[in-house]
Amino acid sequence: MARTKAQFKINGGVHPSYHKGLAAAKAIADMPLPALLRVSMSQHLGAPAQPTVAKGDTVKRGQVIGEAAGFISAAVHAPTSGTVKALAPAETATGAKAMAVDIEPDGEDAWVELTTHACWEETDPKQLVEIVADTGICGMGGAGFPTHVKLSPPPEKPIDTLIINGAECEPYLTADHRLMLEYADQIAEGAAIIRKILGAEKLIVAIEDNKPDAIDAMETALKDMKGDVTVLVLETGYPQGAEKQQIFAAIGKEVPSGGLPMDVGAVVENVGTTLAVWDAVVNGKPLTERVTTVTGFPVQTPGNVRSRIGTLYSDLLDFCGGTTGEVAKVISGGPMMGFAQHSLDVTTTKTTSGLLFLAPDQVSEFTSMPCISCGRCVVACPMYLVPSEISQMIEAEDYETAEEISVLDCIECGCCAFECPAHRPLVQHMKQGKSHIMLKRRQKKG
Amino acid sequence: MIVATTVAIGGMGLVCGVALAMAARFLAVHEDPRVEELTEILPGANCGGCGFAGCGEYAKAIIVDGAEVTLCAPGGAEILDNIAAFMGVEAEAGEKHVAIVLCGGDNAKAPRRFDYNGVADCNAAHAVDGGDKKCNHGCLGYGSCARACPVEAIEITGTGIAVVHPELCIGCRKCVKTCPRFIIEMVPESQATHVFCSSKDKGPIVKKACQVGCIGCRLCVKFGGESFEMDGFLARRNYETPIEDEDTVIDKCPGDCIVRQEKSAAG
Repeated sequence: MARTKAQFKINGGVHPSYHKGLAAAKAIADMPLPALLRVSMSQHLGAPAQPTVAKGDTVKRGQVIGEAAGFISAAVHAPTSGTVKALAPAETATGAKAMAVDIEPDGEDAWVELTTHACWEETDPKQLVEIVADTGICGMGGAGFPTHVKLSPPPEKPIDTLIINGAECEPYLTADHRLMLEYADQIAEGAAIIRKILGAEKLIVAIEDNKPDAIDAMETALKDMKGDVTVLVLETGYPQGAEKQQIFAAIGKEVPSGGLPMDVGAVVENVGTTLAVWDAVVNGKPLTERVTTVTGFPVQTPGNVRSRIGTLYSDLLDFCGGTTGEVAKVISGGPMMGFAQHSLDVTTTKTTSGLLFLAPDQVSEFTSMPCISCGRCVVACPMYLVPSEISQMIEAEDYETAEEISVLDCIECGCCAFECPAHRPLVQHMKQGKSHIMLKRRQKKG
Repeated sequence: MIVATTVAIGGMGLVCGVALAMAARFLAVHEDPRVEELTEILPGANCGGCGFAGCGEYAKAIIVDGAEVTLCAPGGAEILDNIAAFMGVEAEAGEKHVAIVLCGGDNAKAPRRFDYNGVADCNAAHAVDGGDKKCNHGCLGYGSCARACPVEAIEITGTGIAVVHPELCIGCRKCVKTCPRFIIEMVPESQATHVFCSSKDKGPIVKKACQVGCIGCRLCVKFGGESFEMDGFLARRNYETPIEDEDTVIDKCPGDCIVRQEKSAAG
């Protein structure tokens, strides 16, 4: 067990105002069961789950209500016991519509029968992956990539490094920070389980240096672990927590264009995901709740709230005492990569890391101007892209050139738009270009 | 020395000359001379409305691949006659169809549900939570259709809605293909009365989202007979049957979405 400073510096990046003090000192609070839980079938990357319940069914907590539809998909479980009130498409935080199951809790919160694996050391790794798949775990840092897929690398791609991502570089968010303080031992055990599954020799827990207490906590929790174990202290900066950037900071290897971390022998798991894996294996519990940071200056009492998946944003806000001042913008997730919301009639998913309320003086309306070729976006881009040029290509609907100059490598971190003095909607252009190109590719395929 | 040079250069010239002559003879590309003549007949707008990349390609498709001769919308009856005569086939010109935006909910009548501050393009705006308009089917007014139009026949009005000027429209359908809301349709040029709404939502939802939406009350079917038909909760014009008592239908429509398009208003 060793503590080291990161040797490799990521390219570009920005330093936004962090405002983590609003919620960092608040212990995780459990939210009581709300009157309604609306559980979306599309909480993860990949194919939405197929609902397996009908209106009027009674369900128990942890019961499967949506089956994984394919390999890159994840199962969805009932977040509490109760009655299915409706099955209807509902808006998700990203703006898309997806089938959702409305559950009215009965207040008893009774679990289905759970199979625990406290002696996981003796369990077959393949069975452990199955447990992860059956419990519906997906990346809880934001993207929601199904975890069992990450844990099933093909045999020709051996994994030697497991990185546990505790960077939490998004401003305002403190959910992962609190998890590391309050559940350090469980996260350490979760990391050991994943390490066993992958057969990874090296374990690196990467944390930004603005969370010294979390670094200490993880160090204490990992001190008895055998093998090559490191707590890696990252320089505070955005986007240190992005997967590809974190791999570079940790082991100095670049994930090839269009490739996956497994191509360089690494797997990155968020601390929240690691804790969920621990809960799934040791306690047999499917993923039915998560910690969300409800924060922002207009919020009465900002904090880190553990709520059931499917909780309405309005209920989350009420639990935090509502707002004191005027709210100009609501963002699901962090301010850099989150999605602005027009209504609080949206529910949490496995990936809702934060719910941020911004005051009028923090939000400006702007008119986008032509690019002045200053190059600030190029300096800021952690992926070595030229966002200004890509955005102009997409504006001109020249998607072929945009693809040639690697728009698909964009990680949508928002550094370019953050820096742009002409207020160009660079990230929106990137997203538009990426979805257009991917759609074209899918059409070509079938 | 001089002789050797002359012979060498002359010999090379002779060999190359023969090679070129052979190439011209055996590798020649025989293009049907009719393609060029037919291209001359086509209007030359290169709008792509026929589905081919410009008039030249369409002419080639007609002659080489035997494509339909009736696909040139901007040409109208006259050019169709010319093409048909040239090809020696019979073709009857249907009535010219022009594009129309079937939405009447401008900013004054159909509210927006949030401030959209991003790329000013309908497809981009539609991707953000289904657009900023309260009505999921209404015209967003960011002008993707107007930019797609090769003849500038579409105007985005001051109140934020797209309007096609029928007398300028050449019927190429480019706007129809680009609209993310699928609310632009092709209608016979002679028709002036349309249902200016594309929302299939139920009445109460439409009412909340727009002052001039179709609530599915069926009054137009009652008074207009077969000239209207219901598509779920949305009335649609059946252009094959003329409206007998147009004024009554327009007057009875409680949503005020059946409107006679005045030439002057659009022009």
